[in-house]
Amino acid sequence: MEVAQRNDEAATRSGDFSAEDVRALELRILKRFASREGQFTLDIAFTAKPGITILFGASGAGKTTLLNCIAGLAVPNSGQITVARQTFFDDQRRINVPVQRRGVGYVLQDLALFPHMTAEENICYGLASGTAVERKRRSDAMLESFRISHLRTRKPREISGGERQRVALARTLVTNPCLLLLDEPLAALDAATKSKIIEDLRVWNETHSIPILYVTHSRAEVFALGERVLLLDKGQVIADGVPHEVMTAPRQETVAQLVGFENIFDVTVVSLREDRGTMTCRLTNNGLELETPLVKAEINAKLRVGIAAGDILLASSRPTGLSAQNIIPGKMISLAQRDMIIVAKVDCGVEMETHLTLAARDALHLQPGQPVWLVIKTHSCHLMSV
Amino acid sequence: MDWQAFWLTLRLAMLVAIALGVIGLPIAYWLAYSRWRWKFLVEAVIALPIVLPPTVLGFYVLVALGSRSPLGRWWQGLTGHTLAFTFEGLLIGSMIYSLPFAVQPFAAAFASVDTRLISASATLGASRLRTFFRVILPLSLPGVVTGLALSFAHTMGEFGVVLMVGGNIPNATRTVSIAIYDYVQAFDFASANQTAVILLMLSFGLLSIVYAVNRKTWAIWSWK
Repeated sequence: MEVAQRNDEAATRSGDFSAEDVRALELRILKRFASREGQFTLDIAFTAKPGITILFGASGAGKTTLLNCIAGLAVPNSGQITVARQTFFDDQRRINVPVQRRGVGYVLQDLALFPHMTAEENICYGLASGTAVERKRRSDAMLESFRISHLRTRKPREISGGERQRVALARTLVTNPCLLLLDEPLAALDAATKSKIIEDLRVWNETHSIPILYVTHSRAEVFALGERVLLLDKGQVIADGVPHEVMTAPRQETVAQLVGFENIFDVTVVSLREDRGTMTCRLTNNGLELETPLVKAEINAKLRVGIAAGDILLASSRPTGLSAQNIIPGKMISLAQRDMIIVAKVDCGVEMETHLTLAARDALHLQPGQPVWLVIKTHSCHLMSV
Repeated sequence: MDWQAFWLTLRLAMLVAIALGVIGLPIAYWLAYSRWRWKFLVEAVIALPIVLPPTVLGFYVLVALGSRSPLGRWWQGLTGHTLAFTFEGLLIGSMIYSLPFAVQPFAAAFASVDTRLISASATLGASRLRTFFRVILPLSLPGVVTGLALSFAHTMGEFGVVLMVGGNIPNATRTVSIAIYDYVQAFDFASANQTAVILLMLSFGLLSIVYAVNRKTWAIWSWK
């Protein structure tokens, strides 16, 4: 009651009383727990409005523990959790609503479909109330909207990963949750299957309008979803915004980050194209210019750019009509076979390393000394602070 | 061939299995999911019948059921006779004797159910009871069948506890194993042999069922 009043006041003050705020998740918790790396503290506060909010962080950042606290499977040491103005947890008022009565939808990392039940039985499981006819109608509608009607009588082990994912989502959503928690739900799926499922989820949420917390450790997934993202590190939110702002800020260079990039160059920012989300950087050594994604940086700022050798295309004549903005002429220095890939070193004023397949080497008749062109997509250039 | 002893034993084993199903399942549930720090003591107590000589167990049960114990007095006030040397007394003794054979497979089966399924069930709004009957029990079925079959078979073959608690009263406490002992004492080897063979076959059949339900894959049905 107290919380509801406070929210009312806030809404009146800000002048707009939108339905979005009424349904939001508000959370401020402190949770200490032991992990493999020793004592760990989760100290998080944020508000999530209806729609998808992404929680991004490396494994061990506390993502799953956070979801468990919201669902009621774990108990925070202190703080408050409120969803749609209903308090689920408040240590001061000694409120801790049990899992069963929170009505929070939670799709666990490995889905946890009941192996002994068919897809339809799984979906009906959460429908304890209502008549048999009513339950059947709701599960049928759910099977329909997630396009799994044909799997009705099959057991989880008899269907594919993408289909299992749909069944798990349908099983959770059929209960009309006030909040949906997704713990790396699509990690094992290919991009095409993934985007279709996300699309169906978005369509569903157009009519239901609940906050959805989407946990992932994949950068690609964050950009594909394109929603607000909270960056989690060591149990804390360290950045909050749209993926473009949060994910592309130049990051502190660490050994772990450098491992993925064979090509690392010091650069100076030459110009910013904020309207296009790109900028131009000049390599400090030789004046070569690269178009890179825009990051929060001033002109003349010193940055470092990393490019994975696998992200660089190699052409034996000047390519035309390409979408990629960086086409760099150079001269082949050497070709060396390492296991099943060819490591090509190219002199472009600086030495760049690129990886080819054996077939590509043979098709292009590549020889040391011949002129070649390197093609680098803007988003293959990863910026780091020096 | 003492058919009376045979039917009595079957009846006893059946009742013990049913009773242990009823009281063993909650005990096993508690053992599998409780985080109480002294749980190991309860586990040890339940496992005692496995290692104690049946005579020791039988002795204590006899004392506990006798007319000097509170339980014995209460029963005597209720029915007019003591529990010792009756079928009811035998039933109680057999239940204690077979308890670990039911509870341990139950608890092991419950503990092996993926806890994420239990979490998922809770987030879908299911009560603990619903989770137990819809998720835990169906997924533990081989363990439950094993526990019931083992307690049945174990009761069929018990001797020491019966001798101590039940004595040898035809149609009340005279079981097959006691009958066989009597035949041998009386040098009636033919009858002893007949009865023993039947008991052997029955036990073999039951244990075959136990191993069959616990078999993960059936090689002979591999084309399915």
